[in-house]
Amino acid sequence: MNSMLILFIILSLAAVLSALGLLLSRSAVYAALFLVLNFACVAIFYLLLGAPFIALTQITVYAGAIMVLFLFVIMLLGAEKLPKSQSLPWQRPLAIGLAVVLLFEAGFLLFQRLHLTATLAQPEAQINSVDAIRTLGLTLFNQYLLPFEITSILLLVAMVGAIVLTKQEKGAAG
Amino acid sequence: MDFTLILEWIIKGFVLTLILLGGFAYLTLYERRALARIQARIGPNRAGPFGILQPIADAVKLIFKEELTPALADKLLFLLAPVLTVVPAVVITAVVPWGKQSFSLFGRDITPYIADINVGVLYIMSIASIAVYGIVLAGWSSNNKYAMMGGLRSTAQMISYELTLGLSFVGAILLAGSMRMLDIVEAQKTMWFVVLQPIGTGIFLIATLAEVNRAPFDMPEAEQELTAGYHTEYSGMKFALLFMAEYTKMIAISAIGATLFFGGYREFWFLSNTVFSIDHTPWLGPVYIFIKIVILLFGMIWVRATYPRIRYDRLMAFGWKLLLPMSLALVFITAVGIILAEQVNKNLIWGIPVLSILVGLFAVGMIDRVLRRKDNARL
Repeated sequence: MNSMLILFIILSLAAVLSALGLLLSRSAVYAALFLVLNFACVAIFYLLLGAPFIALTQITVYAGAIMVLFLFVIMLLGAEKLPKSQSLPWQRPLAIGLAVVLLFEAGFLLFQRLHLTATLAQPEAQINSVDAIRTLGLTLFNQYLLPFEITSILLLVAMVGAIVLTKQEKGAAG
Repeated sequence: MDFTLILEWIIKGFVLTLILLGGFAYLTLYERRALARIQARIGPNRAGPFGILQPIADAVKLIFKEELTPALADKLLFLLAPVLTVVPAVVITAVVPWGKQSFSLFGRDITPYIADINVGVLYIMSIASIAVYGIVLAGWSSNNKYAMMGGLRSTAQMISYELTLGLSFVGAILLAGSMRMLDIVEAQKTMWFVVLQPIGTGIFLIATLAEVNRAPFDMPEAEQELTAGYHTEYSGMKFALLFMAEYTKMIAISAIGATLFFGGYREFWFLSNTVFSIDHTPWLGPVYIFIKIVILLFGMIWVRATYPRIRYDRLMAFGWKLLLPMSLALVFITAVGIILAEQVNKNLIWGIPVLSILVGLFAVGMIDRVLRRKDNARL
């Protein structure tokens, strides 16, 4: 048992516990903070895998920008306390059923792959080099240029949509 | 991974934290004295010669003050918020190099920086983006409308200016061709990036003022509107922690600015090729970066003494409608300039500062035009 494995086990526990906390917390602010903790755990997983760029991007984008906006909206709307009762009665059994199916699937794949560990690529060797960011950029802008541009257009459309929806028309009341 | 390496990191981290906290204490004195001079006063000069014991007196006062927790506050978050504010402010300086050459101590080669990671600039960005949480939670958990408004304002402001800050980093990254802080400093061996990126440096300095909630962008704690903003309900050591975070952030952001645009630990341009150059006497590195940090801090204090606080809607308009497009244009200009300098002619690198100054003049002209419009007092 090496130190990396111990780290991994502690981190996984933290990740699972924070995810549970997110689900079970009745206060929206605490739920959001649990989610931030979960994102941080995922970022450290990336670090363990030897991908510091992705780890720090994860923290900047998810924990630093998106979750801050979530908190902002929760506080602005004053929606901190969630109602005690469930609004959709059929939601809980359906969710449990789907979760069981997902767990079964994941476990099946895991046990099937146990014999194939040798074929899994070692990502560390490629990513951990000095020119990791250069490699990432070249791959992104050569091999995946079209998906990248499509994503950026999607984001632009979303932004324009938000601006149009919130823009007050001249002369319109309210 | 051996044990002594971990010990070395812990000791270096501890020393850096001590330096930052001592720096915080004396930065408050520095600010009060400098502000007093600018306003034709004397400032604190009673405790010790030149008032150098004033920070200690302040600390003693704050320790013995009563700690109040509002009755309906969220106790856990109320306690956690000051800690969450201080920690990012302290750890953000971990990637700033204080020198190049390692020195040997107790038979070990010790490097004059804590972490030399190849995504140093991104690390700074991510820690800066985490720093919002402490202030927001302080505002929310106090169960006070003024504190809440302060927290919300700071969120909106810091998120808005974070984009500009990140884009101003890109100029330095592109010129150095690396995200490692050491590479960025070494790329400024012949010329500081402030020469090639004059407007980029200006944008960085403005955006950092907004990031650390300093005047004239200290909307989260505007006294006339919000009493004290997010720290209205805090007293005693918890208030001291929030206060400490603000000043530690000032030091950290000055260190980052010095590293990215003002040559970091490298010597001043008129000292290159002399005995005082870093390559001859490596131990001068921390001295040079210290001098640069003190000069940048004085700039922040000077701005506070000179400019009135700007109105909240203008603050947002300034960030989104002016600084962000400007920094995007600068990224474009820098990228094109570097490609042209590599492919066509080396002297074309000077197109970057010339064009960016033109962009800056254009922006100033636009502000002027908008402010002159009679029917519209808003920017």
